[in-house]
Amino acid sequence: MNTIVAENKSDLRAQVSQNFLRMKLVAFGVPSLILLYFIYIAISFDFAGITERAKLDKATTLLSDTYSYKTHVTKSNRGAGDFTIAIEGEKKGRYPQGETPNWVKIDGDNASVTLAPGHVVEFVGKTVFYDIPGYGLVEVEPKNSGIALKLPTDDVPDFISASKTRVNIKTDAGRIGVTKSKTDVFRYFYGWEMFFFTLDSPFYGMSFTEVMGSAFSSERLDPAMSNFSAMWNDFWYNPMWRHLEIAWALFETILMAFLGTVGAALIALPLAFMSARNFSPVWVARFSMRRVFDFLRGVDGLIWTIVLSRAFGPGPLTGALAILLTDTGTFGKMFSEALENVDQKQIEGIRSTGAKPIQRYRFGVIPQLIPIFLSQILYYLESNTRSATVIGAIVGGGIGLHLTQAIITGKDWEEVSYYIILIILMVMMMDTLSGWLRKKLIGGKS
Amino acid sequence: MSTQAIEKSAAPDLRESYLAQVQRKHLYNAIFLIVFVALLIGGFITANDRNAGGFWDGLPNIFDFPAEMLDDASQKLTQFPAHFINFLPSLLETINIAGAATLIGAIAGVFISLLATRGLAKWPRLIPVFRRVMDVLRAMPEIVIALVLIFIMGGGPVPAMIAIALHTIGALGKLFSEVNENADIKSVEGLESVGATWFQRMWLGILPQVIPNYLSYALLRFEINIRASAILGFVGSGGIGYELKNAMSWGKGKYDEAAVIFILLFLTIVLVDQLSSYARNKLIGESR
Repeated sequence: MNTIVAENKSDLRAQVSQNFLRMKLVAFGVPSLILLYFIYIAISFDFAGITERAKLDKATTLLSDTYSYKTHVTKSNRGAGDFTIAIEGEKKGRYPQGETPNWVKIDGDNASVTLAPGHVVEFVGKTVFYDIPGYGLVEVEPKNSGIALKLPTDDVPDFISASKTRVNIKTDAGRIGVTKSKTDVFRYFYGWEMFFFTLDSPFYGMSFTEVMGSAFSSERLDPAMSNFSAMWNDFWYNPMWRHLEIAWALFETILMAFLGTVGAALIALPLAFMSARNFSPVWVARFSMRRVFDFLRGVDGLIWTIVLSRAFGPGPLTGALAILLTDTGTFGKMFSEALENVDQKQIEGIRSTGAKPIQRYRFGVIPQLIPIFLSQILYYLESNTRSATVIGAIVGGGIGLHLTQAIITGKDWEEVSYYIILIILMVMMMDTLSGWLRKKLIGGKS
Repeated sequence: MSTQAIEKSAAPDLRESYLAQVQRKHLYNAIFLIVFVALLIGGFITANDRNAGGFWDGLPNIFDFPAEMLDDASQKLTQFPAHFINFLPSLLETINIAGAATLIGAIAGVFISLLATRGLAKWPRLIPVFRRVMDVLRAMPEIVIALVLIFIMGGGPVPAMIAIALHTIGALGKLFSEVNENADIKSVEGLESVGATWFQRMWLGILPQVIPNYLSYALLRFEINIRASAILGFVGSGGIGYELKNAMSWGKGKYDEAAVIFILLFLTIVLVDQLSSYARNKLIGESR
């Protein structure tokens, strides 16, 4: 008897130590496997090359563009030597001839541009003088033979880059670029330029209180309409930020998600009944329906998007249909699983009262399913808003298209950050909305 | 005697108010249904108007492109094995993007979810901060981050990987923190009483309870991320999506490569889908 216990003990001990060994193996094996995988990824994705290819100056322009903008004062060094002043150098942001912001003074061929207190750039003819505080007077003169640069020191400091064809001076206050064809002076400002009103609007340059004051004053700036509607008009049809178009794009994106999700749910519902074991007695119908769902899901939104955009052309409808097809598969699978898990007791109870089949479905099945279906549909509505952004970039509809275009042109980064903020707000809003609807329609906790 | 009188007089009231309530409910349901159908139809008409080709015009053409593709593919059937081998590396890249992103997202998601769960957090005051961080990460579509990173870093798979990983942190972090909330906290208290550090408490007290659920969610995410990585390749760069974009741009008569990519992508997604649902069933079955 004693020996048996001892044998059991040693068995137990062996078992426990084996378990410990296995746990140790897992505790060290899994992390080292993950580490190995990451090493493999680092090699195959060429992490080392990224540091070379990555352009940090691009990141800085991107970042500085998101919170600031620049106004260009340009003097042509050929012909009459006219000055043009334009916000971000864009045609839409150009000041009308003769009008200048208060930090630029033009006097025929000469001009003085104040970049910051103490930083004044003087144009005398084609020659540019810039007395940099703490450094000294810099003189740049574009000539036909090349660009002449006169510095107070012998060697060129690192905030100036100079060659025969181009001179760039960059200080904290602004930037100057001189080539043979033109001289550019850039002054940086915080904020997003002309977000509310462009230069041609009478409201441009007004402070917030002035704008509010004129909105409610009876003195009309434009005799054709009230100040308030003029203001709305100038804002809504702002040619640079295109608020109307962007609002439409956001709406289109949400529309794609809504039509796709709801359409998929409506189509998937009857099909799910056909593929659920307890509702569809025919084996063939069930099997083929399931394969259809698998196919729809497996083909993936990307392929559906490409195939459909061939038939329907670019636009939100194509995106909605692509979402619809993929999600019909997903919903079909989920709904039929939910149908198979229906509690039979409730149906039996209804049957015991002498209910007909239709009534059994209505009062026995539907009340069990509606909460499950609704919460799945609402979850997908939120997630599809995000998908619709990507699909929009492919089919050419919605905010996704605007975003990709703004990034491809690669110069209006303030617009890119504006779109990003709008997209995040849109997704968060849909998240909140679907959570609220879920609470209202189903009740209780999420 | 008096109570009976009250009951008798109250009964018709009760029935009336019940019927009125039912009627009101029916009315609300009807209004809701009408609004819903109106939204659906109005939305469809709007989307149809803003689309380049209309729905009814496009519907007969829906099989044109697949037919064209099948035609091209059937003519060049002999080249298929070569194409398959050609595209395998980029398919592997797509899978790797998804795999690495899921791993990074899951590991970071574990930490952020533990930090955002009441009762487990290391710094309880920062719980709302971590939750907001997860919300923002979740709300950010991958394409946004990917495109910005492609601009900075140039092409390749890394921007897509980072973009998907960031979104995965937010998505998995939320699901993980829901799992954490259901974990039994007694083992954590026991470990605390013997002086375990926060990391030890989590590693030995919480993780063994939640690992099956974590893995199941991570597998589901991996499946989603493969789709995302394919679509990001198409919009940005890297992987099979990029090859698909190139294959599509060659135009009519040369869709055989696109057909091969379609098949590869389809098979991969179906395979991963089946494997992950099998594994998830096993994992969740184990934990029950």
